[in-house]
Amino acid sequence: MRAPDHPVMSKGDVLLAVENVSLGFGGVRALTDVSFDIRKSEIRAIIGPNGAGKTSMLNCINGFYYPTEGRITFKGVKRPKMRPYVAARGGIARTFQNVALFKSMSTLDNIMAGRSIKMHSNFFWQLFRHGPAMKEEVEHRRFVEEIIDFLEIQHIRKTPVGRLPYGLQKRVELGRALAMEPELLLLDEPMAGMNLEEKEDMSRFILEVNQQYGTTIALIEHDMGVVMDLSDRVVVLEYGRKIADGTPAEVKNDQRVIDAYLGVAH
Amino acid sequence: MDMLYKVVVEPFVFMGEAPDLLIQTLWEGLVSGVLYALIALGFVLIFKASGVFNFAQGIMVVFSALILVGLYEKGVPAFLALILAGVAMLVLAMVVERVVLRPLVNQPDIILFMATFGLTYFLIGFGELIFGGNPREMITEQLFLPQGTTEVDMLGGMVRFQHLDIAAAVIASIMIGLLAVFFSKTRIGRALRAVADSHKAALSVGISLNQIWVIVWFAAGIVALVAGIMWGARSGVSFSLQIIALKALPVLILGGFTSIPGAIIGGLIIGIGEKLGEFYWGPLVGGGVETWLAYVIALLFLLYRPQGLFGEKIIERI
Amino acid sequence: MLYREAGQFKTNYVADSAIFPLREDRIGLTLIILAAYALAFLGNSFLLQAVMIPFLVFSLAAIGLNILTGYTGLLSLGTGAFMGVGAYACYKLMTAFPDVNVIVWIFVSGFFSAAIGALFGLPSLRIKGFYLAVATLAAQFFLQWCFIRIPWLVNYNVSGALDAPLRTLFGIPIMGPNATPQTRYLVVLTIVILLTWLASNLVHGRIGRMWIAIRDMDLAAELMGIRPLQTKLLAFAVSSYYCGVAGALLVFLWYGGAEYDVFNINQSFFILFMVIIGGLGSLIGSFFGAALIFILPIVLGIVLPAILEPFGMSVGADVIEHLRFMIVGALIIFFLIVEPHGLARLWQIGKQKLLVWPFPY
Repeated sequence: MRAPDHPVMSKGDVLLAVENVSLGFGGVRALTDVSFDIRKSEIRAIIGPNGAGKTSMLNCINGFYYPTEGRITFKGVKRPKMRPYVAARGGIARTFQNVALFKSMSTLDNIMAGRSIKMHSNFFWQLFRHGPAMKEEVEHRRFVEEIIDFLEIQHIRKTPVGRLPYGLQKRVELGRALAMEPELLLLDEPMAGMNLEEKEDMSRFILEVNQQYGTTIALIEHDMGVVMDLSDRVVVLEYGRKIADGTPAEVKNDQRVIDAYLGVAH
Repeated sequence: MDMLYKVVVEPFVFMGEAPDLLIQTLWEGLVSGVLYALIALGFVLIFKASGVFNFAQGIMVVFSALILVGLYEKGVPAFLALILAGVAMLVLAMVVERVVLRPLVNQPDIILFMATFGLTYFLIGFGELIFGGNPREMITEQLFLPQGTTEVDMLGGMVRFQHLDIAAAVIASIMIGLLAVFFSKTRIGRALRAVADSHKAALSVGISLNQIWVIVWFAAGIVALVAGIMWGARSGVSFSLQIIALKALPVLILGGFTSIPGAIIGGLIIGIGEKLGEFYWGPLVGGGVETWLAYVIALLFLLYRPQGLFGEKIIERI
Repeated sequence: MLYREAGQFKTNYVADSAIFPLREDRIGLTLIILAAYALAFLGNSFLLQAVMIPFLVFSLAAIGLNILTGYTGLLSLGTGAFMGVGAYACYKLMTAFPDVNVIVWIFVSGFFSAAIGALFGLPSLRIKGFYLAVATLAAQFFLQWCFIRIPWLVNYNVSGALDAPLRTLFGIPIMGPNATPQTRYLVVLTIVILLTWLASNLVHGRIGRMWIAIRDMDLAAELMGIRPLQTKLLAFAVSSYYCGVAGALLVFLWYGGAEYDVFNINQSFFILFMVIIGGLGSLIGSFFGAALIFILPIVLGIVLPAILEPFGMSVGADVIEHLRFMIVGALIIFFLIVEPHGLARLWQIGKQKLLVWPFPY
């Protein structure tokens, strides 16, 4: 698998900065005055009890929602209100809590769909499935096959993903996100519903992606063991507010975090 | 420039010059609006209770009217024919529930929508087979529907109010009122709303889906019968009525698929808008504008408010 | 035994992504195409005129609608009107430029349909599901009204109907009163084969994937960087192109002339039924669906009188028509219950079984 395009930033620079972001729908405040940053090539975990606004945060980063207040800067540039496909083309890829795969397509086709932003052959050649269109198809197929090898899903290459067990679907979804060669990869509960073995596999993939290719990863996860082992830094949200921010060790011992998870009345 | 004047100014001038014609047009628009609303209510009933968008509602209007008239032609006395037509709609509801709805429970909505296309064409073929395609007259006298016209002198001219139209508007309004009460106050009405929200949840609290569906399709069938009688009295009973009934779709778009007041207001907007458009702007383009104006109004509306006037704003959750 | 995958290895990606990877499939397809051409010389005129030509024309329209509704998931009830746009465009072009070969104009008329289709497809970004279906009804009724009310479209002729002028190709009449069913069939067959091949290339490549992605989960598709409006408009445009060409073929190479009523809402529904029964999202399904729905009344027209004759009963053409509506309606419900993926899925299942025959699995 070849490395992503030469990065503009070096490891340690701030890739994404969330500044005083608030988000509301009608009467519901999903996020209130949240600020944190994500550094290039780190694995940043976003954790918190249910309803804390973690998915809403990812949705803002993604372009689905636009913050009602505050701003988000990506690669040093303030982000205007944009459609999700613009964010995608800017180098942000994502997976979902409830696997958002194209159920009728095979694994191969799903991941090939992830290559869409990289494919440019025009309509005319597509009509004839020849020349530049075919060359491009083969070239991207090669890339996708490497992802398939990496994620060890060769055996389900041609299976329609609707028929796959949940754990494998999540892996395919990861593959599809990787196919975009993203600079920032947003993972929404990638380990949900997996057994120990599957979690170990998934953790291994996430670590490899991060270490080999320098992909920055933002990760929502409930399994504390995974969070502590994988992440470089952690942000903790509760009821839409940030209550802690730091290394896993710092956050683990933070009293407010302990209270939030144990449900102490405050 | 001249064209602009013709489109933007002249029609309004005309309206002002002959206010009696304006009232006439508005009245006729109101009556067809109320009748569209009645047909739309049949859709709303079924949609509220089963989440199914019943494209066949239009043909049910024709079909029920045909049964009524057909029975009468065979010698059945008018009111008995009316009751039998109602029974026929009950039978239809039961058959539809058994053959179409039950096997397709839990399928995505679009599949059920397409199934109602199949139902529509089946009923068209079946109706034509049994009754033939000739247009017929509705048995208005026999049903004691009023005839005649009242002419009122007003605004410098004269406005005609057909008694049939008045009766239609009144009957339709009563039906709409009854339905609204039925939904909000009765036990069955509540059960219907539960089913509309979630089939599985309703099942788990012991509501019998099958019974509810039969009830609701039967109610929609009765609504269709009343609409069929009214429309049939005004325009004759034929399969072209089905195309008129399709106009209930733009009504639903304006009013939302689940709102009774929405269906009424949507019906009025479409009915009046259509008549005004045809009468004042139609001559500019050679007439016949009524065939598509309702849909274009709905389309423009959708662009501005994709959820209709009364629908809920669609917030997509990921 | 006859139909096997074993032994056919793919050694490169080009071979693996072939549309017909199995040798048996390729042979079968070639045989079918050869047989289709042979039919021009072996089949009788009635078969060609009343069965084969319309079957091909409707298959083409069904392919068009399948691209929009089957692959991209946008339900459209305006197919009849889009076919009409192609027919009227073709007529104007043919009569305005009689010296240019009519085949050229047939292909060009599709572009007019494509443009109108894309225009009516603009709302699809904000409107979904059956709201969009009702919006396409606006297209259907409005365009049909245009066909009646704009006399320029029929060159101001008194009857208000389209007629097929005499046109030739290489000196042989292919349109108009002198064109034989054989020549017209050959022209239609070639055009349909060509356009089907192009459609197949499209749907198996990047663009087809984009369409299916939008159908399956448009939000996720957007996250892949797929632009929803462009993709949907492209689907409308390509779909309407196919319907437009089909409309032109229908009027000029089959009927020989037509009134505006040919492109009414029933036409829209029937093509939709062909797509549903044949299989949403399947090109071969379009052919199956067209065959079933179109050939059905013909079969009924032959079989029913044969059955009823011994009893001294006869059936009129109108009864056959009514029965057709009933059977089609019932079939739609049947297929949606039993096999929502239509005949195409049944065909696929059949082929799977054939792959392992004579073993059961």
